[in-house]
Amino acid sequence: MIFAIEVAIGGLLVGVMYSLVALGFVLIYKSSGVFNFAQGDMTLLAALALVGFLTIFPLWLAILAALVLMIALAIAIEAIVLRPLVARPPLALFMATIGLGFFLQGIGQGIWGTDPKGLDIGISDIPFKIKGLLISQFDLAGGALAGGLVFALVWFFQKSRTGRALRAVSDDHEAALSVGIPLRRAWAISWAIAGLVALVAGIMWGSRLGVQFSLSLIALKALPILILGGIDSIPGAIIAGLVVGASENLAEVFLGPYVGGGIQTFFPYLLALVVLWFKPYGMFGREIIERV
Amino acid sequence: MNKKNGNPMLQVEDIHITFGILKALNGVSLEIHKGEILAIIGPNGAGKTSLVNVINGVYHPSRGHIFFEDKDLTTLSHHHIASLGIARTFQNVALFKGMTVLDNIMVGRNLKMGSNFFSQGIYWGFAQKEEIRHRQEVERVIDWLEIEHIRKTPAGMLPYGLQKRVELGRALAAEPKLLLLDEPMAGMNLEEKEDIARFILDANEELGTTIALIEHDMGVVMDISDRVVVLDYGDKIGEGTPEEIRNNEKVIKAYLGTARQK
Repeated sequence: MIFAIEVAIGGLLVGVMYSLVALGFVLIYKSSGVFNFAQGDMTLLAALALVGFLTIFPLWLAILAALVLMIALAIAIEAIVLRPLVARPPLALFMATIGLGFFLQGIGQGIWGTDPKGLDIGISDIPFKIKGLLISQFDLAGGALAGGLVFALVWFFQKSRTGRALRAVSDDHEAALSVGIPLRRAWAISWAIAGLVALVAGIMWGSRLGVQFSLSLIALKALPILILGGIDSIPGAIIAGLVVGASENLAEVFLGPYVGGGIQTFFPYLLALVVLWFKPYGMFGREIIERV
Repeated sequence: MNKKNGNPMLQVEDIHITFGILKALNGVSLEIHKGEILAIIGPNGAGKTSLVNVINGVYHPSRGHIFFEDKDLTTLSHHHIASLGIARTFQNVALFKGMTVLDNIMVGRNLKMGSNFFSQGIYWGFAQKEEIRHRQEVERVIDWLEIEHIRKTPAGMLPYGLQKRVELGRALAAEPKLLLLDEPMAGMNLEEKEDIARFILDANEELGTTIALIEHDMGVVMDISDRVVVLDYGDKIGEGTPEEIRNNEKVIKAYLGTARQK
């Protein structure tokens, strides 16, 4: 029983970090109605940049420099990629983000190289015991950091004036403009926030798995979470992330042996498929009501 | 042109707009005076909505100028014009459908809120106090439009008539100097129309809002407007008090067709 709880807790903590990746998608989708295919590559770029900056700066300055880079990137994306595509169908924007993804991947690896790099942010990976439960220190720190960021973002989107303006932009561009919300600034802000999320995800996952190309594939983990939680729901991303983290870990440990193991990689997709069957907008997604 | 009591609030001078080969507006000039209710009428495709769109910056005219309180709006962006005090509603309701009625109207107040993105983080207390003050103003608009009971309902779930009313509320929350209403009563029943007419008159009298509205219901137009401008195929074919318009030969022709010539 203790072992099962340990497995579940381990899964939940990893799940928080999944939520973080999924959140990057949700934020962009909520504010511009675009599914940002480049989110994984932004994570990779942020991690690569951080590793690069660490060779010249101390940790705090390197993180700050990487953050500045991600914000500059957001402003550049708005000016170069999004602005020419204003009022085009969402599919055009989606295609643009695919291109953007390849570009960022190429640029990042071109500057900082393709060899796997370690990232040490000074949190040890030695597990410790609480009341007889073995818990990874690193996962706990990652979970706490991701959880804090998630709560800050939820507050920002639901309560603050800027958050409200960003939600308005995602809902109706023209109406948002007519009440005086500058569309371009709103887009730049939401991409900057997605950049911040990518940086935090890059730090956590990079120091866990090493910084290399496969880091961009972490975005694939976000897909079943988005389907489960609904692509436009922040609480959905959090809860679905936890569900995926815990259930894939439990499934691997308790069901895996019967089917030869390795089910961790596809179990979330199976779960997403089942949810799609019953709730096509996800557990918390906004059901779109069309009046005809 | 006729310059009554000083400079007009809004001056539209010789505006041309073309979409491909279609001339939506063909050299239209008009003035909106402070404190009046101006109705813009005309058959379908006359260019009424284009005119509103060019005033609030959705389109930029290919020729001509627009002055608002002596400031040239012609090349300004959409949101910049909103910040000068021009609010509008849309022909096909453009609410933030996923947000509550309260949030919709709060967004309408966006421009009145001083604290920006950064000060929200730093001057927490100040930003919060301001939020409460604006919330009170928004509650006043909600009370006034008699939509208290749906404050927490997502706007997309409301019936059409109420959506129109919420949209009016969102525009009024910005305390605009000039309010542009694009068919505020379209698709409403008589009772709903009377409600909206009352809100428009109240906004004009109590808040002093200058209003320009596009409307098809002639009864309403004649009852509530101070002046009427008539457009037809992108040209202005008449302008005057409701009484003058009622007897204007050209207007009657545009509305009823040439068969009336006897």
